[in-house]
Order: sequence, then C-alpha cells, then structure tokens
Amino acid sequence: MARYEARIEVTHLPGILDPQGVTVERALPALGYTNVTHVKIGKSIRLEVEASDEGTARAQVEEMCERLLANPVIEAYEIHLAEFAG
Amino acid sequence: MAPRVGVVVFPGTNCELDAAYALEHAGAEAVTLFHADTDLRGVDGVVVPGGFAHGDYLRTGAIARFSPMMASVAGFAAAGGPVVGICNGFQVLCEAGLLPGALQKNAGLKFICRTVDLRVETTTTALTNALEVGATLRIPINHFEGNYTCGPETLARLRDEDRIVVRYVDNPNGSIDSIAGVCNEGRNVVGLMPHPERAIESVLGSADGAGMIASIVEAAGAGVAR
Repeated sequence: MARYEARIEVTHLPGILDPQGVTVERALPALGYTNVTHVKIGKSIRLEVEASDEGTARAQVEEMCERLLANPVIEAYEIHLAEFAG
Repeated sequence: MAPRVGVVVFPGTNCELDAAYALEHAGAEAVTLFHADTDLRGVDGVVVPGGFAHGDYLRTGAIARFSPMMASVAGFAAAGGPVVGICNGFQVLCEAGLLPGALQKNAGLKFICRTVDLRVETTTTALTNALEVGATLRIPINHFEGNYTCGPETLARLRDEDRIVVRYVDNPNGSIDSIAGVCNEGRNVVGLMPHPERAIESVLGSADGAGMIASIVEAAGAGVAR
C-alpha cells in the first residue's frame, strides 16, 4: 500500500455566477489594481488516502468529489495527486 | 384524525419548533424526526425546517443529506409523500437530489433578513394547493445562501413544466429568474427559501404564510385519505 496526498480544487462551473469572485473583482480596482479580470473563488481541499496504486487512489478521490466534496450541479473539481513522500 | 407531519431535526436545525407550532396551528399533529433515526413514525407528510444543519460545513446541506433519516425521507418522497423544505431544508433537498439546482451565496454577499413579497406561480403542489396563482404573499426571508441557481436546460424544464412554485417580486439575492421555490416532477416535493412558518399570525407581522402551511397539512391529509 502507498499513501497519496490529494489536493482538490473546487471551482464554479462555467456559466454559474461566482458572487465572491465578482465582489473581489470589484474591490481590487479600489486598491489600484485596475488590470485584473476573471477573479474566481473556490475551495481547496487536501486529504491523504492509502491505496494499492495511483489509479485506485484517483478513482476513489473522484468518487468522493462526485458524492460529497463538490456539488456537480454548480461546481467543477480538479484533482492533483502525489505519492506521499513522508 | 389530524394528519401527522414529521419535522426533521439535524444537529444545527433551529426552526423545528416554529415549524411544529405552525403545523399544529393548521390542524396537524407535528412529529419530530431525529436525523440519526430511520423510522418515519407513520407520518403523512414531512417538513425539513430551517437552520444550519451540521454547521453548513463544506456546503449548506452537504452533510445533512447523508443522514439516515434523509434516506427514509427520499423513499417517502419517491412513493409520492409530500415533502417541503424551508430555507436550510430547501438546501438539504437540493443536495439530496430530490430537487434540481443548488443554492449559493447571495449576490452582494450579504445575509438578508427581511420580509419580502412572493408571487404564487402554481397551485398544484404540496406547498400551494390552498392558494391562488398570482397571489402576493408577505413572507420573511433569513438567509446568506439563498441564491438559487441551475443550468440553462434545468431552468428551461422548470419553466416548461410549471415547476417554479414561487418567485420574488423584487429579487433580493440574485436568484436565477427570481426563483424563491421549486418543486420536483411529481410536485409532491417542494423547497423554498422564505419562511412561511414565521408568518402565520398577524401578531408576527404577516399571516400570509398560513395558506402555505395549510397546503402542507392538506397534502398530508390527502395521503391519510389514500
């Protein structure tokens, strides 16, 4: 068995309004950053998983995302997996 | 015999007593359904009340939907039983897949607590059967994540199938198409962000929610007759 660290980025699906991103985008010019567009705010989730190989670990994390970690109705997710060195 | 209406209680639910009071005021017998149980205790209808189930951690309703009681509620809904989710209860029903779409943070990122005007859009649901289409109701809202959203195909279906149950007259939170409440295909599952149970007596500022509570009791009563 190996241990993997998964870093999961959850963001809004394209076309779904991101109220936090919109608000921050409006706030940045007030600080002088007038050249910023496309601000998106999501979630970052980290977890460790023990599995026989990377494919199994990835499939399991994907299932977790579909069932709980993200809401597929409004959110997209991206999984970054690395074998745990520690 | 008075219809028995269950009120689901999760850790963090805080509107269960208001809901029970309103249901009993409308002639039902309110029955507490604890989230960790699976027994529906013979109820004829279910209300999933407002609050902050499981602290709203991860997403509103995301943890609550996996409660043992929610599996029973899903079975009850699939069999045609009336189920109404109010505020956090609406969020739970969306997460559970019993209703389409999702609720996210209000546009403007403000918690909104005020009484708003709602327009009744359809009356063939478990929440509106005692009302009239076009009626305007004064009902309080009290939420940070009441901004209803869904994909364009879902929105088109909701419109075509007359499943938008109530709309805000003056959209307070950025909800798509001013949607305040929707129902499932069977029209027996309804969710809405406003709190009709807080507007059932004029001393509360409005009694306009009484017709919605009466509709729930009516739908539950029809189940008794069945």
